[in-house]
Amino acid sequence: MVHKQRIIEQETLMIQKPLYSITALFDSPDEIIRAAEKTNNAGYTKYDVHTPYPVHGMDNAMRFKTSKIGYFAFAFGLLGALSAVTFISWITLSEYPLVIGGKPFWSWPAFVPVSFEITVLFAAVLSTLAMIIFYFKFPNNAHPLHDTQYMKRVSSDKFGLSIQAEDPKFDEKTVGEFLKSVGGKEIIPVFFEPEELNHGQKLFDLKFIGVLMVVALSVSAVTYFTFNKFMYMQPFNWMMVQNKLKAQQSSELFKNGIGMRQPVEGTVARGFMPYPFKGKPEDAGKYLVNPLLSTKEVLDRGKSKYLTFCSPCHGNFARGDSRLQGQFPNPPTLHSDKVRNWPDGRIYHVITEGQNAMPSYAPQISPEERWAIINYIRVLQRAQNAKESDLK
Amino acid sequence: MSSQPSSTEYLKKPLPAIINNIGWGILLLGGVCYVLGYLVDARHAAFVHVVNFLFLTSIGVGALFLIALEYIAGAVWSVPMRRVNEFLAALIPIAALMALPLFFHLHDLYQWVNGEIVAHDTVLKIKEPYLNVNFFTIRFVAIFGLWTMFFFLFTQNSLKQDVNKDQKYTKFNIGLATAFMPIFAIGLTIIAIDWAMSLEPHWYSTIYGVYYFSGTVLAGVAAATYIIVKLHEHGYFPQLRRDHFYSLGTLLFVFINFWAYIAFSQFLLIWYANLPEETYWFIARWKNGWEYVSVLLIVVHFAVPYFMLLSQDSKMDLKRLKFISIWVLIAHLLDLYWLIMPSYSASPVLSWMEICFPLLIVGLVSVMFAWKMKRENLIPVGDPKLGRGLEFRL
Repeated sequence: MVHKQRIIEQETLMIQKPLYSITALFDSPDEIIRAAEKTNNAGYTKYDVHTPYPVHGMDNAMRFKTSKIGYFAFAFGLLGALSAVTFISWITLSEYPLVIGGKPFWSWPAFVPVSFEITVLFAAVLSTLAMIIFYFKFPNNAHPLHDTQYMKRVSSDKFGLSIQAEDPKFDEKTVGEFLKSVGGKEIIPVFFEPEELNHGQKLFDLKFIGVLMVVALSVSAVTYFTFNKFMYMQPFNWMMVQNKLKAQQSSELFKNGIGMRQPVEGTVARGFMPYPFKGKPEDAGKYLVNPLLSTKEVLDRGKSKYLTFCSPCHGNFARGDSRLQGQFPNPPTLHSDKVRNWPDGRIYHVITEGQNAMPSYAPQISPEERWAIINYIRVLQRAQNAKESDLK
Repeated sequence: MSSQPSSTEYLKKPLPAIINNIGWGILLLGGVCYVLGYLVDARHAAFVHVVNFLFLTSIGVGALFLIALEYIAGAVWSVPMRRVNEFLAALIPIAALMALPLFFHLHDLYQWVNGEIVAHDTVLKIKEPYLNVNFFTIRFVAIFGLWTMFFFLFTQNSLKQDVNKDQKYTKFNIGLATAFMPIFAIGLTIIAIDWAMSLEPHWYSTIYGVYYFSGTVLAGVAAATYIIVKLHEHGYFPQLRRDHFYSLGTLLFVFINFWAYIAFSQFLLIWYANLPEETYWFIARWKNGWEYVSVLLIVVHFAVPYFMLLSQDSKMDLKRLKFISIWVLIAHLLDLYWLIMPSYSASPVLSWMEICFPLLIVGLVSVMFAWKMKRENLIPVGDPKLGRGLEFRL
């Protein structure tokens, strides 16, 4: 009913409204392709074809030149790639450097998947935006063909051709006849609506930018209140909120405001025996005694821990032949007279504290395992420097 | 489209005799190279022979894959050019013949053939039930047997259709293509693992088969594209238009990207995990001069063809298509060289063998085409989709 009224309205106001184009409907893709070819051959330049689905061969029939959109997409993609690489480099090099898997901070292979995705995202989204802004003159959303009988038909079951009035060859009297001659079934003129006449570029219009800002602010505000206030108004807190202090929390109970407390002076926490020979390797050698005997179980345990933690640098037989392909400096051999003559406690000290390029292994290897490893090292040393009596 | 297919206008036109003669010349020259190579340095010759055997397999099986893909996807645009792929697929039994001399040189190529090494190597001992000469031969015979069978079934149906124009052959081939696809995928993976990956039998990569697949299809598309464009220029495919060539160019472009995607995926995972038993494969390809070959591979196999085919116009430019398809074929040869030769020598080798062994393949393809085009129609005149294929528009 509404549309009928509108058509009647259009017809009565025909004289006042300027003509946008004259359109024709066709029944099949073959017909529309032939019609497009003939329209092109007749010398029309400002015309367009509307079909319910992409028709193969239409580009050729309308004599389209190769689209330039690819170059834009390429530039946008390049922009995306550069932005991604710059952003990731900034994060990993200066903003939040983290050692991941022992790799250098700037490890480009890890950046490739993300940069690739960002490249695709930029190319797709920016190309679409550019198309909407340049072709449809966004934020303008009116077009003479919108909401017409013609558009209704070509988006369901018909194929349409529309020759615009601004075409230099356009003649209001002959165009209808021409469209009929190329096989057009229904010839319908399309007129400008008043609001469509003045559709310049309004992207930087103050009114538009103002609306945009209001929308942005209200969306942000609604999101903020929804997630931070409204969603946390719980009738039951299910023990999520408790009167206790968590790590790193501040507390007003204590004078210095720090929630985490130091142990009472002169005491140690269970299982956290402090190492008394920090920075005193000679003392460690003098006073520490290996509590383990070289039984088979101890040596097996020592071997397994040695192969896991020590052998990457020291080599499987403690010869200082690392497997690290020069990525980390090689340590000296453990078969030197110096190490062989060291007491067990002195080696224990090196494992606990580290030495030169070797870091402390205290967090990875428990004290008991350290002693087991030392027993295993003694076995390796003995194997390399066997006594006469061992060979019998 | 309602217009009549121009199948009735098709006249069979054999290739000029000179192609056959030159082809035989190159073929013989290549054959002499192989004999000389084996006399001079049998171990080196065997490694280059594997490179070229896998190269020929790539072209043949890649072409057969494209035929099956056309049937299974119901593609229309490629129907007029399908015979080129059918002719190329005839290289599959020839590739199997080409591999026969290699069976006398397995001990030169593969560590796992040597019983003494296997006896002292825990990993190889575990892999022995798979990696042993008997099972290796069985797999080779089974896979090439199956592929050859599918090649004969596909092409015989297609040829019969030329005469009686019966649609049932297309239907039969669609069923055949469905059965072929998994056999193709598993077979190609096994061939890649057996002939190339087991050169370094301690190393393994689960994406290796896919990696070889990407190169295979690329080689198949490139060989077909070059031949189609060349034939079109000499008046053999007068009905083909830029729409067909654009589709060929797009397919090339797709698989250039796919190769880079797979190659990088393999690298990224091994680089990230950083396990010594995996990384040494890449480290071997990143020292003693192999690093230059690796960089060259990225440039030749990805960067150059990518930018040369990026724009829409370049995919329809016949000269460029011809150039890039030859380029891609050479890139695939370089890819196989990079995969296989580091197990022969710690630093890159380039002798007369690497240069003149591929001549055999050039000769084989020329002779094969001259022979096939004398006997068979270049266009599948009985195919029900031919008319629509010729009318194909973008």
